[in-house]
This record gives sequence, structure tokens and C-alpha cells, in this order.
Amino acid sequence: MMRKEIGALLILAVVLALCVSPFASSFPDGLERVGEDYGFIDNATELIKSPIPDYLFPGIANEKAATAVAGIVGTLLTLGVAYGIGYLLKGRTDSGSDIGKQQKGC
Amino acid sequence: MHIPDGLLDPKTFGTAWVLGGAFVAYAVSKTNKELQERQIPFMGVMAAFIFAAQMINLPVAGGTSGHLLGGVMAAVLLGPWAASIIMTTVLALQAFIFLDGGVTVLGANILNMAVIGVFAGYGVYLLFKKAWPNRAGILVGTFVGSWVSVVLAAAACGIEIVASGMGQFNIVLPAMLTWHVLIGLVEAVIATAVVSYLTQVRPDLVQQTAKA
Repeated sequence: MMRKEIGALLILAVVLALCVSPFASSFPDGLERVGEDYGFIDNATELIKSPIPDYLFPGIANEKAATAVAGIVGTLLTLGVAYGIGYLLKGRTDSGSDIGKQQKGC
Repeated sequence: MHIPDGLLDPKTFGTAWVLGGAFVAYAVSKTNKELQERQIPFMGVMAAFIFAAQMINLPVAGGTSGHLLGGVMAAVLLGPWAASIIMTTVLALQAFIFLDGGVTVLGANILNMAVIGVFAGYGVYLLFKKAWPNRAGILVGTFVGSWVSVVLAAAACGIEIVASGMGQFNIVLPAMLTWHVLIGLVEAVIATAVVSYLTQVRPDLVQQTAKA
């Protein structure tokens, strides 16, 4: 059962990802700005091939639409992964109570 | 302040991996004990909200933008250990899927934003909550703690960059702090608004202070 307020937070996340993220500022962030001002940002490299680089879903020509799709995909992916991690952590607690007792025994 | 690959040298990102990794491993065992089953959906939603909110860069001043980090907000609502796991999850997905933050430096980004940012800011929050044990204390603590969290995470980030030979301490550190003193206000306003909304009807959503 999900509380109403938590449902509202999820809806807000979806709205931010879908409708607001395409209009986010494209100014450099604090670190990028300092890196530009003092020249070290040029050392940045890409070591892996990201499936959705720079929050632009590949194959969508319209940049705002590509950002919105990347945003919703990322939001739902994060929801699933974090929920899964929470579930695994709790699952381990239930079956792991013996381990807790053993540790106390030591 | 997601550090991209190439800015930190191996000794610096290696050290950060060890420190950040050890802390997150401990956070896993603490979350395992302290997280309540009813909080699991909240943990997922909080991570999703932080991911989405981190996409929203807001202009702060002089052609520079900042976005929410969300570590203290999550810590106030779910406890600092779960918040650390949530932040680590978001940072890892951003690095591997979205090219936001590097992979060799992921340990450093975790150390800055999921460890230092969460725990230093949460510590400040607890001081306010203790001195002022009501809703006002929670909200003021969230505001100040969120601001401190961004400033200290930025300081850690600056120190790592200097340690990697990318700049001089007395230039990079003041520059990082100047911008993040402003960006921290964005953090503080959003985090406080969310905590305020969520505790308006259900004050019990605020995580009680950890017992041990």
C-alpha cells in the first residue's frame, strides 16, 4: 500500500521528467563552470558507450522529445532498481536473522 | 557536480573508491537492519524523484546552473543509511546509462554526494531537530542541512580535483565554494518544500532518529 503523499511524489517525478526536463537550463553546472574558467574541464573523457548519453534518447530527432523520453525511462528505471534494492535488503533481513544471532554470539 | 572521467588521477579516484565503497557497504548492512518493510516503496519513489529532479538544472547566476542533489531530503525522510543507498543507486545509473558522471570516478561522486553530502548535512539537520523538537526544527534543519551538504560535497569535489593536479587549491576551492554556496540555496528550497509537503499531513513520514 502506498500512501497518498508518496504517490503524489511519484507523479511529481514523472511530471518533472516528462514535461519540465526538456526546458531545464543548459548553462554549465558549478563544477563545469569552474572547469571552464580554469581550463581543466577539457580533460574530461568518455570511457564507456552510454545507451542514453546526455539524457537524449537515441533515434529521436527532436531534442526536447528525446530528453523527455530519456527522463521518463530513467525515472522508471531508477524507481525499479531502488525498489528492487530495498526489497533485496529487507529480504536478506528476514532470512538473515540467523546471521545476526551468530554475530552476537561472536 | 558529477565529476566526469579524466578529471581525477588513479590515486585520487582509487582512494575515493575505497572510502566511498566501504561506507556504502556499511550503509547496506545498516539499511538492512533499520529500513522498515513499509518504507520500501517510498525508497523507490524517493530515488525516482531525485533522478527526475536532478535533470532540472536551474539557472543560479552568471550563466551557471545547479540542480537538486537530494541527499539530505532523503535522509530526513528515510534515514541517512537508506539515503546513502538511494544516492548511490541514482549516481550509478547516471554514470552507466546517461553519461552523467564518469565510471572511474563513480567512487568519488559517491563519496561526495552519497556519503559526505548525506551525512554531513544530516548531522546539521539533527542538531536543529534536537534543539527545536517540532516541525519548525525539522524544516529549518532540512534547509540548513541541505545547504551545508552541497557546500561540503563541492569542497570535497574541489579537493579531489586539486589532488589530481588539475588546479591550485587556492583557486579551485574558492571557485567551487562560491558557486555552490548559491547552488546550495536551490537545494535547500526544494528539499524543504518536499519535506514540508510530505510532513504536512503525515508527520510520521519523517524518519525517527536512528537508535544506534
